[in-house]
Amino acid sequence: MSREPLLEVRHLSCDYGPSGGLLGRRSPRRVIRDVSFTLCQGEILGLVGESGCGKTTLSRAIVGMLPGYEGEIIHHSRRPQMVFQDPFSSLNPARTIGWTLAEPLRAAGVRDRAAREARVAELLERVGLEAACAGRRPWELSGGQRQRVSIAAAVIARPRLVVADEPVSALDVTIQAQILRLLVDLRREYDLSYLFISHDLNVVYQLCNRVLVMRHGQIVEENTVEELFAHPRHPYTRQLLEAAE
Amino acid sequence: MRQQPKGNAFFYLGGAITLVMTLLILVGLVWTPYSPSAMDPAAMTCPPSPAHLLGTDNFGRDIFSRVLEGAGTSFLIAVGVVAIGCAAGTLIGALCGYFGGLPDLVLTRVCDAITAFPSFLLALVIVSVMGKGASNVVLALGILFIPSFARVVRGEFARCRDLNYIRSARLMGVGNVRILFCHILPNTRSVLLPALTIGFNNAILSEASMSYLGIGVQPTQPSLGSMLSDSQTYLGSAPWYALGVGGTMVLMILGFSLLSEGLQQRSRRSG
Repeated sequence: MSREPLLEVRHLSCDYGPSGGLLGRRSPRRVIRDVSFTLCQGEILGLVGESGCGKTTLSRAIVGMLPGYEGEIIHHSRRPQMVFQDPFSSLNPARTIGWTLAEPLRAAGVRDRAAREARVAELLERVGLEAACAGRRPWELSGGQRQRVSIAAAVIARPRLVVADEPVSALDVTIQAQILRLLVDLRREYDLSYLFISHDLNVVYQLCNRVLVMRHGQIVEENTVEELFAHPRHPYTRQLLEAAE
Repeated sequence: MRQQPKGNAFFYLGGAITLVMTLLILVGLVWTPYSPSAMDPAAMTCPPSPAHLLGTDNFGRDIFSRVLEGAGTSFLIAVGVVAIGCAAGTLIGALCGYFGGLPDLVLTRVCDAITAFPSFLLALVIVSVMGKGASNVVLALGILFIPSFARVVRGEFARCRDLNYIRSARLMGVGNVRILFCHILPNTRSVLLPALTIGFNNAILSEASMSYLGIGVQPTQPSLGSMLSDSQTYLGSAPWYALGVGGTMVLMILGFSLLSEGLQQRSRRSG
């Protein structure tokens, strides 16, 4: 797979922890150490590792939510969008689903209200929800439905790259499979690439083309999904695979 | 699922009292049974009767008409005070809570300082510098009411700032102003509504105390506080005067307090 790179991360290091305040200026913890990788157009790149290994910090740095880091993050596309783990905090409770979905379009400068509504209805249908959902509020939807809405909101403005931080781990197994199916279908239709963060190797095996294994803020192994699962090289990868059996 | 709250007695009773009082006050702004300042030598210190619902005062002025007008004055002042306090407080609280940093630290301390200072003394200072009169009372109290709104709004904005739905709004490229007022502000409704009603009550009371002490509205313009102060002299000969004025104030505040409590229960239930 020698396609054009969409995202390049070079020697990225991030600190995390108390960075401000007048009191208690402790030295921050280094949670990402010298991470480099490339994500190519059309790829689903998995990022696995135990909790606290820096996966989420890395994802935040990539989408630009982390103000301070060392190294380079080069995007070869418009700003990436993100799907969060918790479907309960990722939608504005005071707004209807339709309003939330139309917001990226408004931000992108789509002035025509009818055009926005048509696009919202189209996306809702595409992610498997009724068009009538546009008038509902987040609390009226189930976790799986909310995650579908979050995914719709992430892709509605046609980004090239979507960073998904544990998008299915808060859902039960049957819903997980449906959401993963949806992500695969959307990738094909909208020509998307994913950086898919998970601690669940089974999910990564089903979905990803290539996998990065992260431990203590460093990438310890990088390989295609078949190679990684067949011949894990790093002891930590073996350990993860054994735990997932 | 949100359920329609049933049997929220506070909400409905408070709402009913507030509604009736507001209607009476609105009517009183354009029409009163008698002219509030018309003296009638034939009917001085009359007890309540069908002709004079709350009786007359020592000059033969109809107390009901005067209460309507006075309550109207107090009501408008309270609305003005809450409008200033809420608008400025929300703006300051929103900016402090959302952006944080040094301006937040400074403004929060300023608000604390205003709160720590006896509010009455401060109002006295402002009024003695700028002069008496309804508009200056509104301004003085309005400034004093800013911190209470700023504090609750700041807390909500600081809480929402790092929630995922605000983060994704930023990722979508939504501007800060739009995030502040279209994304976060609607979520502060559950704290802002009770703050508004409590603020309104405090404004009515503060205005009444200031007018009672003679640093509020001018005596020619009846307000509940100045009338209460007047009625004190005639407590023996015309007790209905003080009762009518005091009762009106109690009803206004009771109605709003119940409404506020009911609103809080509603927002608790709907989560």
